[in-house]
Amino acid sequence: MAKYIGKEMSRVDGFAKVTGQAKYASEYKIPNVAYGYIAQSEIAKGSIKSIDTSEAEKQSGVLKILTHLNCPKTKSKDEAFAALQSDKIVFSGQPIALVIAETFEQARFAARLIKTEYLKAEHVTEAEKAPTVEAPAGFFGKPKPRGDANTAFEKSEVKIEAEYTIPIEHHNAMEPHAAIAMWDGGKLMVFDKSQGVGTVQGHLAESFGIPKENVSVSSEFVGGAFGSALNPNYYSFIAACAAREINRPVKLNYTRRQMFTGNGYRPYTWQKVRIGASRDGKLQSIIHEAVGNTSSFENFGENPNSFGRTLYKCENYDTPYRLAKTDLPTPTWMRAPGAVSGAFALESALDELAYELNIDPLELRMINYAETDPETGKPFSSKALMECFKTGAKKFGWEKRKMEPRSMRDGRWLVGWGTATGLWGAYQAPATMKMTVRKDGSVYIGSATADIGPGTYTVITMIAAEYLGIEPDKIKFELGDTKLPNAPMQGGSLTVASVGTAAHGAAGQIKQKLLEIVLKMKNSPMADAKIDDVELADGVLRTKKDKGNSLTIGQILQEGGLDEVSVTHTSMPGKERGQYTTQAHGAQFVEVKVDEELGIIKVTRVMEATACGRIMNPKTSHSQEMGGVVGGIGMALTEITEIDHRYGRMTTTDLASYHVPSHADIHEIETEFVEEIDTVVNPLGVKGMGELCLVGIPAAIANAVFHATGKRFRDLPITPDKLI
Amino acid sequence: MNEEKFDLEDCGNPPDMATVESDVLTVDEEKLLDELGIFGESRRKFLGQVSTAGLSVLAMQLLAENEAFAASNGDVKTAAVKLENAVKVSMKVNGSAKSLDVDSRMTLLDALRERMDLTGSKKGCDHGQCGACTVIVDGQRVLSCLTLAATCEGADVTTIEGLATGEKLHPVQAAFIKHDGFQCGYCTPGQICSAVALMEEAKRGDASYVTENIQAKARSLNLSDDEIRERMSGNLCRCGAYPNILRAIKEVHTGKEQAQGWKFSESSETEVA
Repeated sequence: MAKYIGKEMSRVDGFAKVTGQAKYASEYKIPNVAYGYIAQSEIAKGSIKSIDTSEAEKQSGVLKILTHLNCPKTKSKDEAFAALQSDKIVFSGQPIALVIAETFEQARFAARLIKTEYLKAEHVTEAEKAPTVEAPAGFFGKPKPRGDANTAFEKSEVKIEAEYTIPIEHHNAMEPHAAIAMWDGGKLMVFDKSQGVGTVQGHLAESFGIPKENVSVSSEFVGGAFGSALNPNYYSFIAACAAREINRPVKLNYTRRQMFTGNGYRPYTWQKVRIGASRDGKLQSIIHEAVGNTSSFENFGENPNSFGRTLYKCENYDTPYRLAKTDLPTPTWMRAPGAVSGAFALESALDELAYELNIDPLELRMINYAETDPETGKPFSSKALMECFKTGAKKFGWEKRKMEPRSMRDGRWLVGWGTATGLWGAYQAPATMKMTVRKDGSVYIGSATADIGPGTYTVITMIAAEYLGIEPDKIKFELGDTKLPNAPMQGGSLTVASVGTAAHGAAGQIKQKLLEIVLKMKNSPMADAKIDDVELADGVLRTKKDKGNSLTIGQILQEGGLDEVSVTHTSMPGKERGQYTTQAHGAQFVEVKVDEELGIIKVTRVMEATACGRIMNPKTSHSQEMGGVVGGIGMALTEITEIDHRYGRMTTTDLASYHVPSHADIHEIETEFVEEIDTVVNPLGVKGMGELCLVGIPAAIANAVFHATGKRFRDLPITPDKLI
Repeated sequence: MNEEKFDLEDCGNPPDMATVESDVLTVDEEKLLDELGIFGESRRKFLGQVSTAGLSVLAMQLLAENEAFAASNGDVKTAAVKLENAVKVSMKVNGSAKSLDVDSRMTLLDALRERMDLTGSKKGCDHGQCGACTVIVDGQRVLSCLTLAATCEGADVTTIEGLATGEKLHPVQAAFIKHDGFQCGYCTPGQICSAVALMEEAKRGDASYVTENIQAKARSLNLSDDEIRERMSGNLCRCGAYPNILRAIKEVHTGKEQAQGWKFSESSETEVA
């Protein structure tokens, strides 16, 4: 019986966060710091003919202005955007100057006095009009067509065909990106907002042509990121350039507006889904085409259509995917990248098919349930999706649903119930953890992972506590610093599977070391004990058979003449994983109430039934689920980055016009954890859930809106103007 | 390289930008400055400690090495700072008197964050759209990013740092931890300041957009879920902690324990907790 794992625990960093003590990137008090402010391009494509900084330079407090004319050149060969490198303009909002001044107010004012003349070129920001290229193979290669999808589609008894679009959306984490950069001779130190300090370190080392060891990056607290801080963004390099130029620390914060062009976005995606099925609802063929936008200088692809290939039993499946080269910044990963976009189209199309066949949408999903991976034929390491369907439906009250659209009402509100399925890979990456147990029973653990909000500080502490048998409040966990052992970026919902497994392995090594000391003792109380015969619990090492036969960690270290015992453990994904398909699944049920006259849609109830292995901390896991639902509500109903294509410029670049859900938009969200025992994914049996919980939500909402109104919405977001 | 100029004990804001006067520092602030290593004697003590104030070991190394800030090549660039339209302003922040010269364009938020070391109030948008900067001024919640510091003469400001008494949290802070009313924590200080002020608004009987009878004579209100949601809608949370924030506020407002929103399914394969 686990003591900590699976139990609710409040966040270990809760006190710091509710008292304002948690320090985010730009909040460190650095003596003599100067402030930066970025000036941006007003055109989308062309070049800078002239840039006049003379007036700006005269202003009080201005220390330096960097432009492409005087900014150090990057030594990186990466095709990702680097700022202030040439006169070429590749997107509107591109940084064209960095003003450094004594104060923020002075830098901001001076930035507005920079005069720029441009040589404009014709831009294309509409993905529909942009030239397309074949998308690059993703992490897992480019999937080949399965079977003969075209022929099977043509031969099918029932066919549906529909097109869907998703606009550009932005992460809009609450904390704007920021860095404080400073040099000590040839050594660079940066406080950054990052989901992986190692990647920023590598980027800066490469950009300046200095050894990685000479770059330190720290990111103790991250005010949300959702993918926007996975890739290094351009600001840390120019902040470091400026710091070197003026020989002082430089603080550079994005404004909210700059966050629309400075750290990527979820790409615009057009999708066409063709499904062929038999009358009894069996899927015969799925052809799921997609085109996503990217920039003119970099190909970013997220394979939105390939996630569905392992979802249903269907012998013929094809997923062509192309990229449209637009004169916009490069997109990036945004929570549940690809999967949520693809799921909106596929899971909406499934609902359309259900109505075509007059089969309950949940029933249709059960009919086509994949017991083994239809792509590879491999078994799933675990898959409790059917239990999610059943338990979710029961808790939601799905059996009371009337199939007919517009058949359910609550006074003046039309009521709609919709469902969709979520799917995300259960990934794991190599991760290393340092673990030190001291004589006084206190513990230090360290790994260069991140905690952008899911509760990494808390959950990894719990795992260490569980396997060391030491109370969580005696454990100090340090993360987000390049001085710590390597860990993967916090992305893809793999952190607990990776870093948690490292903690589990490190605790095992500690146990081994302690046992070795005990075995060497004269008249050892545990003589002949094997590693599996003993356990660490309640602050002692004891035999499993006779729990009274124990020694405290302090006693053991005393015996060994040590003050502490320390290990550095690297965990790798298990080999057995290769024989299985490892995925997390979920069924999502949504109730909407619609006021047709005013075009109001309220998502009044959401039930997430989730099967993602073992739950470490239901409290923080539920928060993840809620967060995914809230993000999905925004995606379905409010979020869109509008572009004025005449100027090639994003226009909804603040939180007044880019609508993220607010308190008033959010109602009841319930989570039902359907736990799985999965010994294949990793020793902890965890699968990750941060993306999974979002994947089906936009489709479930759109399906519920159809059920309420009889209108099918295929273009997100479903705003009031479309509804009335 | 000019080490003199970068002596940590001297570097901070240039002298003509009068910072917080040290004779009006509270015990907490002195402790904070101590921990941050601003004063010479305590600096050494600080460097011997494990990171406690959220300052990383990296930062500690930095503070330990004056060279960190020193020139690697050429002269250090320090412009003489002249504040244009400088305004002298005195206010009370978390109970202690503060007096400082500010750029007339400086917001209260930037004054708190950049000049008084009170970084608990967050800058999320700088346009009054997200609520992360919410502080309580003279009993009312205000957006400190839309408040010019120069207009705060004589004001009584409470920030997130001023709500707890030592280790004893304000009930709203404690409820936020209990109900996990946050994830990344960046909107949290604003949410909490907003919630604390909201309780007072309810006691006063202030109406909101969803108050049913605004004609009724103002009296202490029992806030419904919708009332709380409406009144908190100026505070965005991108992590989506809203339902838990509602639970936390409701628990403090009503004094009744609120149920959590999750369950282990009976069809779980593992031992149900």
